[in-house]
Amino acid sequence: MNTINAQSQGGEVAAGRFRMGRLARREALAGYLAIAPWLLGFLVFELGPLLTSLYLSFTKFDVLTTPKWVGFKNWDKMLFNDPLVWHSLKVTAIYSVGAVSLGLVLGLGLALLLNQDVAGLSYYRTVFYTPAVVSGAAVAMMWLLLLNPEAGVINRILAMVGIPGPAWLFDRQWALPAFIIMSIWGVGGGMVLYLAALQGVPTELYDAAMIDGAGAWPKLYFVTLPMISPVIFFNLVMGIIGSFQVFTSAFIMTKGGPANATYFFVLGIYLNAFQFLKMGYASALAWMLAVIILVLTLVAFRSSGRWVHYEGQIR
Amino acid sequence: MTESTFDRPAPALAAARRQNTIARRVRAISKLLIHLVLIVGGFAVLIPFFWMVSASLKPDWEIFQIPPTWIPEEPLWQNYAIVLTGNRPDAEGSRAGQGWSFMGFVWNTAYVTAWVMVGRLLTASLAAYGFARLRFPGRNVLFIIMLATMMVPGHVTMIPLYFIFKSLQTLDTYWPLVLPVWFGGGAFFIFLLRQFINSIPPDYDDAARIDGCSWLGVYWRIILPMIKPALGAVAIFSFMASWNDFMGPLIYISSMDKYTVAIGLHFFKNNASPAARPLWNLMMAASVVAMVPPLLLFFFAQRYYIQGIVVSGIKG
Repeated sequence: MNTINAQSQGGEVAAGRFRMGRLARREALAGYLAIAPWLLGFLVFELGPLLTSLYLSFTKFDVLTTPKWVGFKNWDKMLFNDPLVWHSLKVTAIYSVGAVSLGLVLGLGLALLLNQDVAGLSYYRTVFYTPAVVSGAAVAMMWLLLLNPEAGVINRILAMVGIPGPAWLFDRQWALPAFIIMSIWGVGGGMVLYLAALQGVPTELYDAAMIDGAGAWPKLYFVTLPMISPVIFFNLVMGIIGSFQVFTSAFIMTKGGPANATYFFVLGIYLNAFQFLKMGYASALAWMLAVIILVLTLVAFRSSGRWVHYEGQIR
Repeated sequence: MTESTFDRPAPALAAARRQNTIARRVRAISKLLIHLVLIVGGFAVLIPFFWMVSASLKPDWEIFQIPPTWIPEEPLWQNYAIVLTGNRPDAEGSRAGQGWSFMGFVWNTAYVTAWVMVGRLLTASLAAYGFARLRFPGRNVLFIIMLATMMVPGHVTMIPLYFIFKSLQTLDTYWPLVLPVWFGGGAFFIFLLRQFINSIPPDYDDAARIDGCSWLGVYWRIILPMIKPALGAVAIFSFMASWNDFMGPLIYISSMDKYTVAIGLHFFKNNASPAARPLWNLMMAASVVAMVPPLLLFFFAQRYYIQGIVVSGIKG
C-alpha cells in the first residue's frame, strides 16, 4: 500500500486513474466525431437558416439589395392586412380536415376489412399501397388528365351513369374537393400502417371479449380501437403536418386557381419568395406555418392522453 | 355456439347444427362482400394508372374521343421514343430539338438520388450509432434538439438556404440538393436508425471492444451489418424522397440539361406542350417514365418496403 501511495504522487495509480478517464474521454471523443456531421449540418443548414429566416421576416428583402429592417411590418401585414393569407389558411384547413378525416376513416376501414383473414391479402395490400409509392410531379400530371372535364376518366365514368361531371380544376367549387379526392387515392399508405397495428393486437383480448359475449361492434370499439389508438394518433399528427405542406400538386395543377380556390399556404410562401421576390414577407409566412404546425402538434399531443391507450403504460 | 352439445336431447342438437350452418353461411356471405368492396376499391386505385398508360399510347385525337376507348386502337409506342429522346418526327408546331429528353432527366435524377442516398446512409447511421451507443457529455440534450428539428418544416429554412448556396456559387448545380444530406441525412432517419440500434444487445460491442476493435470498427463491423434491414428501409425512403422531390430542383436547377424528372415534367407541361392544345399523350408518356423506377423498386423490394413502413411509420 505504502509503495503504491508513494508512487501515486506522480506514478502508476494516478496513471491508472488517468487511463480510466482516458477511456471515457476517448469514447466521448468518438461520440462527438460520430455525430459531428449531423451537428455541423444542424448548425449550418438548420439552426443558422432558422434564425436567419426569423431575422429576414423583419426585413424588406428583394434579393437585389441588402435586407432592410422594417420592424413588424411584414407580420402586421400578414396577420391583419392580407386577406389572401387568411384565405390560403382556410383553403389549407378545409383540405386538411377533408383529407385527414377521410384518410383516417377509409384507411382504417380498408385495414379492418383486410384483417378479416381474407384470401389474397398480400395482393390487395400491394394494390392499395401502390399510389403511396409514386408521388409528386408525375402524379399531379396524371390527375390533371384524370380530372380533365372532357378527357378525364372521372367525368367519363360519371357520364356513363348519366351524371354530368363538374369542370373540377376549372371550377371554384370543385377544385379543392378534387384535391381531396386525389389524396383519398393515396389512402393505402395509412392502411398499411393500420393493418400492421391490427395484426399486432393480441388474440387473447378478442377471446376474452367473446367470452364476455361481445359482438363484432363492441369488440371493435372496446378492443381494437383502443389497442391501435397510438397508430391512429401517429397517423393523425403526420397527416395534419403533411396536409399543411401541400405544394407540388397545387403548383403543377392549378397554381392556386381558379380564383385562388386552391391557394395552399406553402404555395403562397413559394410564390412570394421566388416569383414576387418578397423574401422578407415569405419568411414571415414560413414562420407562421412553422408556428401553426407546432401548435397543432402540441394540441394533438395534449389531447392524446384522453383517448390514446398505451398498453405498456403504467397509469 | 360451439359449446358442448353431447348431453342435449336430439332436437336441441339439430337446432344447434342448423344455427351453425346459418352462421357459416353468414360468414361466407360477409367474406364475399368484403372481397367485393376490396375489388371495387382496388379498381378505383388502378384505373387512374390504366387511364394514364392508355392515354400515353393514343394519338392526340383519340384521348378526347366519345365514346372513350379504354385500350388504344393502335398503340403508339413512338410516343415513348419521342419523350425519351426529345425528337419528334412530325414536329408540327412544336419546339422540338430544344434539347430536352426524358432519358437525360432520368439519368440526372438517378445521379442525384444515388449521391443523396450514399450520404444519408453513411452519416445518418454514424450519428445514430453515436446517439445510441457512445456516451458523451450533452448527448441527451443534443438528441432532444435533433428530435425537435423534425417538427420544423423545410419551408422555414428554404429561403436562407437559397442564399447560402447562392453565396457558395452553387446555384444551378446539384450541390444544394446533395450537400445538406451528407451532414446527418435528416433527423428522422437518424432517429429511425437509432431506435433500431437500441434493439441490438450492447454485448456485441463489448465483445468487439475487448477483442481490440476501435469505436469506429464497432460501427463498421458490428453495427452496420446488424442494422441492414433498417438501412434498406432508409435507402428506399431516401430514393423515393429524392426521386419525387420537386421543390428542391425547382428552386435550384435552372438549365435544362440538369433538370430532374420532376421539374422536367413541369417544364414539358408549360413549355414544350402548347397551352391551347396540351400534348396529353406525350405528357402521360413522360409521367409513366417518371413513375416506372419507383414502381419497379416497390415491386421488387416489397418486403423491405412494408417492413420499413411498419418500422418507421412513414407512408411514403
